[in-house]
Amino acid sequence: MSKNNKNEVVMSVKNLTKIFKSGIFNPEYTTAVKDVSFDIEKGKIISLIGESGSGKTTVGKLILKLINPSSGQIIYKGQDIAEITDKKDTQKYYRRVQGIFQDPFATFNPLYRVDRVFDMIFDSYELGFSDKDEAIRKVLHDVNLNPDRTLGKFPHQLSGGQLQRLLIARALLMDVDILIADELISMLDASTRIGVLNLLVESCKKNGMAVIFITHDLNLGYYISDQSLIMYKGRLVERGATKKIYENSTHPYTKMLFEAVPEIGDRWDPEEEFLPEQVVGEVKDFYQNNQGRGFVEVEKGHSVLFSDE
Amino acid sequence: MSENILEVKNLRAYYNILKGQVKAVDDITFNLKKGEILGLAGESGCGKSTLASSFISRKKPLEYVSGEVDLVGHEIMKMDEAEFKKLRLKTISIIPQYALDAFSPTKKIRTFIKDLAHQHGIKTDRAFMEKVEERLDLVNLDKSVLNRYSIELSGGMKQRVVMVISTILDPDFIIADEITSALDVSSQRFVATMLANLRDLEIIKSAIFITHDLSILYQIADRIMIMYAGNFAEIAPTDEIVARPRHPYTRALINSLPKVGIQYHDKRLSGIEGTPPHLLNIGDGCRFRDRCPYAIEKCEETPIREKVADNHYVSCWRWQELGSDLNVEE
Ligand SMILES: Nc1ncnc2c1ncn2[C@@H]1O[C@H](COP(=O)(O)OP(=O)(O)O)[C@@H](O)[C@H]1O
Ligand SMILES: Nc1ncnc2c1ncn2[C@@H]1O[C@H](COP(=O)(O)OP(=O)(O)O)[C@@H](O)[C@H]1O
Ligand SMILES: [Mg+2]
Ligand SMILES: [Mg+2]
Repeated sequence: MSKNNKNEVVMSVKNLTKIFKSGIFNPEYTTAVKDVSFDIEKGKIISLIGESGSGKTTVGKLILKLINPSSGQIIYKGQDIAEITDKKDTQKYYRRVQGIFQDPFATFNPLYRVDRVFDMIFDSYELGFSDKDEAIRKVLHDVNLNPDRTLGKFPHQLSGGQLQRLLIARALLMDVDILIADELISMLDASTRIGVLNLLVESCKKNGMAVIFITHDLNLGYYISDQSLIMYKGRLVERGATKKIYENSTHPYTKMLFEAVPEIGDRWDPEEEFLPEQVVGEVKDFYQNNQGRGFVEVEKGHSVLFSDE
Repeated sequence: MSENILEVKNLRAYYNILKGQVKAVDDITFNLKKGEILGLAGESGCGKSTLASSFISRKKPLEYVSGEVDLVGHEIMKMDEAEFKKLRLKTISIIPQYALDAFSPTKKIRTFIKDLAHQHGIKTDRAFMEKVEERLDLVNLDKSVLNRYSIELSGGMKQRVVMVISTILDPDFIIADEITSALDVSSQRFVATMLANLRDLEIIKSAIFITHDLSILYQIADRIMIMYAGNFAEIAPTDEIVARPRHPYTRALINSLPKVGIQYHDKRLSGIEGTPPHLLNIGDGCRFRDRCPYAIEKCEETPIREKVADNHYVSCWRWQELGSDLNVEE
């Protein structure tokens, strides 16, 4: 547990909404993210949990300025990031806010040696290291990679876990404030996954980096995060301290996730009829019964969406 | 005939490629009992899918090397192709990994079902379609899905359709290869439970459930077999292997799984450093030895499969000496 109680907010997401429009003559609208608000604190890991299509990646893309919000704001260091438009300021933003995605092989150009990911940041940014090679070797040690067995290799000569470590190393070199990790370990095997997770937590502690850890795996989210966000159909349905959400889950969707998650040592009840589609009705009833309550704090540091008006 | 649906003995099947042999299934021995769900787990690339295809549909580079496979009393490795095909259609059904990718977004589910049935050698007459509707009902799908396009269905719903078709002939056993891997947790629970239900209803007699996710196997498997880099590591009843794993790899795998209720701050889990070896032209010795904290000189020799207890076998030179308390490190 953290000793300093003054939690410094590095980013505030406020009433964020993203509606996608597709088709020209008969446009269809998809509300991918609706009225999502949360704070990101320095040096903390916040899990963004939900099933596919719930809007997690869209939130990540909005923060990374890959797409623009339909409404709402993302405030970084007192400024709405929508106001960052010129090239120089955008570059400054990316200097501090970075993303790592699910498939590390997609991030690396197969034709170039992996070192290129470092060359690129040294070319683009003034990182303030006197000895570039020394800095790279040191950070590789920090992420448990042997520089001699990593540098000079092509992506296909390294494993997925090693590539993900390289990308974390890059974020550490840049000393980013916020790292968006979108399903970054879902392609990795159980035995390698945990090493990358541990590395993330240590990096946050040491460097004060904040991580938005996007996952559909509750167990992993619980393991590493201080705060959790549960998303369902574009809405943030439960938000707060991870322990509180897990111990006292209130929204029917969150409850359903807990019932479904497979865990060693805890068997699903064979008597209980479990239907994934049932949650739709349960959520509807829940909102009906709590009409007008909206997003409410149910205990200190734990809020729940009671109705989606 | 014994109570075993399948008996696999010292099976070896390699991919013969230009550079040599990829020893993806190397000396695998196990039985599948009537009525059981056998879980098959291990890291990706350890040979799970290859094992499944080695005794049903060996294709081009994959070649049978040695060993025996007895399927409901028939020694299938020595059977001629046509004869085997007939036996196979009656007895085994496989849901291949990535079956969901086969859905074409522009086809109706009905068309997809008919195509799939033809691949399984099934006539799609009226009686067949009636049975399909009956079975769809069993998996909580309305028959109206037949007229929907696949993009309108979630991955979980499509996987239910696949399962319905794969079990429509009431096969003796089904091989389910990573059928839950691409699904959301809620669908994972439904699909995995459904497989167990089909077994309870005796629509299928037995199943081999392949996954890289041990925690799902814990939910539905009667026994679990662990493979590592093409080799057999360990097999035991589910509760036994989870409580008393004998292979250092099994233990490491179990230890690397986070559980709800465990946070980094309270208890730091440890993974396994390193990566599995390449299987191309791989030599003798325990294939886990480079990553194993307990490796000794003896591990340069390939370990033999030894009996720990009834139904519990392990391939590790040091299993006895290390006991089941492998997790008490330093
Ligand atoms: N570029 C896009 N155009 C139209 N719809 C989109 C686009 N990107 C995402 N969506 C839709 O937005 C919703 C949320 O998607 P996404 O953020 O990728 O969810 P998640 O990451 O939780 O799986 C989905 O319904 C998806 O189909
Ligand atoms: N067609 C092929 N030719 C050569 N090697 C292959 C082929 N298919 C799979 N392999 C190799 O065989 C090994 C086992 O693969 P596979 O059975 O798919 O593993 P799993 O299903 O456990 O992930 C891997 O090393 C893989 O690279
Ligand atoms: Mg996503
Ligand atoms: Mg496979």
